[in-house]
Amino acid sequence: MSSEPHGAAPSTRDGAVPAQPGAALSGPAPAPSDPAPGPAAPTERETRRSARRSRRYQRDARWSPYAFIAPFFLFFAAFGLFPLLYTGWASLHKVSLHSPTEMEWAGLHNYSRLLSDDFFWNALQNTLTIGVISTVPQLLMALGLAHLLNYRLRGSTFFRVALLTPYATSVAAATLVFAMLYGRDYGMINWALELVGLSPVNWETGTWTSQIAVSSIVIWRWTGYNTLIYLAAMQAVPNDLYESAALDGASRWQQFVHVTIPSLRPTILFTVVVSTIGATQLFGEPLLFGGSQTGGASHQYQTLGLYLYEQGWFNFHLGRASAIAWAMFLILVVIGLLNWLVARRLQKSH
Amino acid sequence: MARRAGGQLHGGWVSHTVLIVFALGSLLPLVWTAIAASRTNARLAETPPPFWFGGNLLENLGTAWSDANMGRALFNTVVVAGSIALSTVLFATLAGFAFAKLRFRAKNLLLLLVIGTMMVPPQLSVVPLFMAIAELEWTNQLQAVILPMMVSAFGVFFMRQFLITALPTELIEAARVDGAHSVRVVWHVVFPVARPAMAVLGMLTFVMAWNEFFWPIIALTQENPTVQVALTGLGRGYIPDQSVIMAGALLGTLPLLLAFAVFGKQIVGGIMQGAVKG
Repeated sequence: MSSEPHGAAPSTRDGAVPAQPGAALSGPAPAPSDPAPGPAAPTERETRRSARRSRRYQRDARWSPYAFIAPFFLFFAAFGLFPLLYTGWASLHKVSLHSPTEMEWAGLHNYSRLLSDDFFWNALQNTLTIGVISTVPQLLMALGLAHLLNYRLRGSTFFRVALLTPYATSVAAATLVFAMLYGRDYGMINWALELVGLSPVNWETGTWTSQIAVSSIVIWRWTGYNTLIYLAAMQAVPNDLYESAALDGASRWQQFVHVTIPSLRPTILFTVVVSTIGATQLFGEPLLFGGSQTGGASHQYQTLGLYLYEQGWFNFHLGRASAIAWAMFLILVVIGLLNWLVARRLQKSH
Repeated sequence: MARRAGGQLHGGWVSHTVLIVFALGSLLPLVWTAIAASRTNARLAETPPPFWFGGNLLENLGTAWSDANMGRALFNTVVVAGSIALSTVLFATLAGFAFAKLRFRAKNLLLLLVIGTMMVPPQLSVVPLFMAIAELEWTNQLQAVILPMMVSAFGVFFMRQFLITALPTELIEAARVDGAHSVRVVWHVVFPVARPAMAVLGMLTFVMAWNEFFWPIIALTQENPTVQVALTGLGRGYIPDQSVIMAGALLGTLPLLLAFAVFGKQIVGGIMQGAVKG
């Protein structure tokens, strides 16, 4: 087709199109040209056939989009939406792990019990604290690292892959390693502290120290990932913004504050939301840091996710576990609303 | 790569130093895992801790392999993560194509719904899922951890963003004019164009599924574990030997690290591509 004289193929505006594999399509198709230049009037049979074909085409064009999106929505309904709603239903019942199909109506009992449950408030507080001390430094470091990676560098691919490597390490493996590094007697971190003349820390038993340790695992695993997200957004910032800022005499730091950060606002909001959702779900790190569902001897780093697991699978109260799940869901809804408000604010200020 | 927009300034030695420090911080815990896995348990209980490899790696790997059921775990995880990646890529490409290029009623509303589902973490659904597999007697069976993960909203969105620009609408129309049924259009036009994004999404999903944690430790036991379940068993004290625990962590991470060594550049590119458009 591409060897045809110029202008002879009006149906393909783009010369590159015929090279695509899709254009190699053939089959029981009518000629691509209009029926008009045909030698004789179409017979009745042909008319009927083309009518049938066009009906089939209509039906196909109309319904195939739904067929294409159906698998996603069916699976989501079966394994996402329905379980979420059913969790709400189960939270109104007394359900034992040993006979999970026998549900006894309990009204709001699980919720009222939760509100007067010190361990629940403890877990909520721990989740918030760990969420803040893992998310804030993580995103700030990611922002700084992305800024550095945005310079022209030697070995930039190496840095990117290296920073992303912790992302490939599972929660379980990472936590087992960090639990050893934070070990009281033989851990590398206490050894280093002693080396510089500080006294060793009993990381696991202290409230703050254990929460910092758990947060550091989250930070280690996710900083590189967020760095790449920021870097991608920074590369999309038009160059002339920097050039005109430089012409105005802005230093690199001023360019970072006045050009980069404002351009990145939507991306920053996105990472804040994703990290916050992740933080409310925190589970594997506190479970494996001390190896117990209680999150430490005095529950000092038990998160909501861990408390859900303890109530459901160690105290056998699936109804209570469901109530905790719905409490977490409510928290997410609040976060979602806040995010929406902030996003609207940002749009208006533009 | 560094010649992209915004990358016009050269980084000085400060930038390089900071990046080297952070790169080492990212890599050293993994190196140390390998060091600890190559030592005896007694050596790990000495001060200072070991800084170089010892000679016990194979022995520790062997113990982890037999005592923590790591062989079975690795096989199961490949099956689980492979199935999840394949189905996610297939369904995400179909739905992503429809949202990117086809016209249908309630399209924007449905797309909003897809994005909304990203906000609902699967952890909130474990109780009913547990009830379901108890009823079906699926505890300890791999389909119990595969089925709930077969689609991903992120995947749909990712493919939509890719196809919106990568797939010329004329190409679809040309195939349509040729009388191609939409299944043929998908097979002969959409899939070839989408292939690079499908590969990236497949890798990202595989990593995510490999590291899936909460639901597998509820649905599976040590008899038929995934890697994460087996590692949880190690971490919860079924095996007290620290060097064996580290050997297990190494075994469970090594396949992904090897994949990273080979495809690292593509994975980095994929995450960044998804980020810009998302």
